[in-house]
Amino acid sequence: MSVLIHKQTRVLCQGFTGKQGTFHCQQALEYGTDIVGGVTPGKGGTRHLERPVFDTVAEAVAAVRPDASVIYVPAPMAADAILEAAAAGIGLVVCITEGIPVADMLRVKALLPATTRLIGPNCPGIITSGECKIGIMPGAIHKPGIVGIVSRSGTLTYEAVAQTTAEGLGQTTCIGIGGDPVHGLGFIDCLELFEADAATQGILLVGEIGGTEEEEAADYIREHVRKPVVAYIAGMTAPPGRRMGHAGAVIAGALGTAQAKKSALREVGVTVVDSPARMGRALAGRLAR
Amino acid sequence: MRLHEYQAKALFAARGIATPPGVVVTAVEEVASALAALATPQCVVKAQIHAGARGHAGGVRVVPSGEVAAHVKALLGTRLVTSQTGASGLPVDALLLEAPMTAAAELYLACVLDRRAGARVVLAGRQGGMGIEAGERPVSRVIDTLRGFSGYEGRDLARAIGLSGRAVAAFGDVVSALVALAVAHDALLVEINPLMLREDGTLVAGDGKIEIDDNALFRQPALEALRDPRQGDAKDEEARERGLQYISLDGDIGCLVNGAGLAMATMDLIAQAGGRPANFLDVGGGTTAQKVAEALRLLARDPRVKVVLVNIFGGIVRCDLIAEGLLLAASSLGRPLPIVVRLVGTREEEGRRALAEGGLLGDVTQDLEEAAQLAVRRAQAA
Repeated sequence: MSVLIHKQTRVLCQGFTGKQGTFHCQQALEYGTDIVGGVTPGKGGTRHLERPVFDTVAEAVAAVRPDASVIYVPAPMAADAILEAAAAGIGLVVCITEGIPVADMLRVKALLPATTRLIGPNCPGIITSGECKIGIMPGAIHKPGIVGIVSRSGTLTYEAVAQTTAEGLGQTTCIGIGGDPVHGLGFIDCLELFEADAATQGILLVGEIGGTEEEEAADYIREHVRKPVVAYIAGMTAPPGRRMGHAGAVIAGALGTAQAKKSALREVGVTVVDSPARMGRALAGRLAR
Repeated sequence: MRLHEYQAKALFAARGIATPPGVVVTAVEEVASALAALATPQCVVKAQIHAGARGHAGGVRVVPSGEVAAHVKALLGTRLVTSQTGASGLPVDALLLEAPMTAAAELYLACVLDRRAGARVVLAGRQGGMGIEAGERPVSRVIDTLRGFSGYEGRDLARAIGLSGRAVAAFGDVVSALVALAVAHDALLVEINPLMLREDGTLVAGDGKIEIDDNALFRQPALEALRDPRQGDAKDEEARERGLQYISLDGDIGCLVNGAGLAMATMDLIAQAGGRPANFLDVGGGTTAQKVAEALRLLARDPRVKVVLVNIFGGIVRCDLIAEGLLLAASSLGRPLPIVVRLVGTREEEGRRALAEGGLLGDVTQDLEEAAQLAVRRAQAA
């Protein structure tokens, strides 16, 4: 078992023939992902990576029936690509693109139908270990197992994955929700999915400064999560008022500090590690109890 | 990207929001003609820097017109330190000269991004000015992204904060103009504090703060021209031009990391090991050997940096490319600089072998915490 994606998930790629789309789809195919085709306006009717290319998502949906779409479209057009996938009825849209204007994401948020789940933007994507990789994460560090991982950061997710693999725990599904202030799936959505998934026995949550999503996740955990949760929050030493790489990683006044997030999570029984090197060990400890 | 007060006020004026009569000067020679245009016995002299709390720091002062030239001369070219600037302050390259205005009340008005609501929100407060932090919480109204903002919503807000008479319609107009400005210019924040309510019920923007979404600058060419690179750290600006995400901090351990989250985590680890990071630096996911070399040279040019900690989790980025970039720059740094390298992930063995064969002087480890501890020890020994 896993959440959102599995061996049979049929994946479409928007921005398929571009440099990013090509490279990461090759990697995904090697991992065993069932990529059923791609979309690049103007290249419909051609083939790429031995898969059909379509001009529009609607045409791709009619022809190859994808369950999910991954977006590598450049930032100025990426919001439109998300809306196109949603309008064509695709249930899971994973947007990797970094640098989408906030105003565009506000429009996406307002228009996205309840039947479409969005992951990202500005994220590494989602992977179910050993089954399906949708995104830019290195496949080799993942091993099928029992930990669900949800993270706002890319490379920190890889740390979490490598540590849980090294501890022999492995992962069910890892979801990078992205570093932008306005994004799709949040911590709470993913916690709900992992709590309901029979194969997931423990949850690793990787947060960072900015916003209040970790605090809201803590409230949710108190009420709804019975599985052990370990968390790490990046940015203890980040200066207030500065955007730390991610558009959403900024401390505004007293809001969004790492300390507030850690306290909120600790209060509801989450094991919060101070060192990013100890995420895997801490979760192994919690699971051994 | 942040704008100066005078730039914000020009955008306000273009949308019909009243501002005090004012002239910007960048040299003392411009003061005479500015005063002639303003024709005021008293003059408000406001230092134009990208930070607030200027008043307490002497950056906003009312002076008799005869003393303006001397005051301008004393301020121009200095660095103003306020509670929001950090110890080195920000350069005063321009001053806004304004005619003083009396206000019956100082209100607060802003249009900001509400992450939780996933929408813009208008904040309106009865108590603006310097009392905003201490006063009652502003009234807020979420803007429906698709429907937009209607004039009556601004008047509702006016009533909600207790305005009456002519001020109701006037406030409504200002709110509508403010929201339209935020939407048209991709602003994450537009703030008028204080919004001065005059005896006759008219409103005047006493100050202006605007922050533009960096991701949207590609479609705001007119605003890109308003960038004032001197208000940022010089190294931050240089890094930005080279496509690196860099933020200067005040320690002595230079950090070179891939990924924003890991870069923040690396700073945290250094602090836990008893050291102080000199910077935040994310070389990015799709980095190249050239970019890594640029990053290392950038760190080496900072005289405060005693040691560089390279922390890479190679996913898409290949460790051998990172090693190549480090070796490219290491021979031409111009000074001996210890480097601690933690290199794991894709092609890590090739990367470590390349470093060893290339004769890079430094410590190489795979352990995250050990890397931070080594860097701290090297910095202490240097």
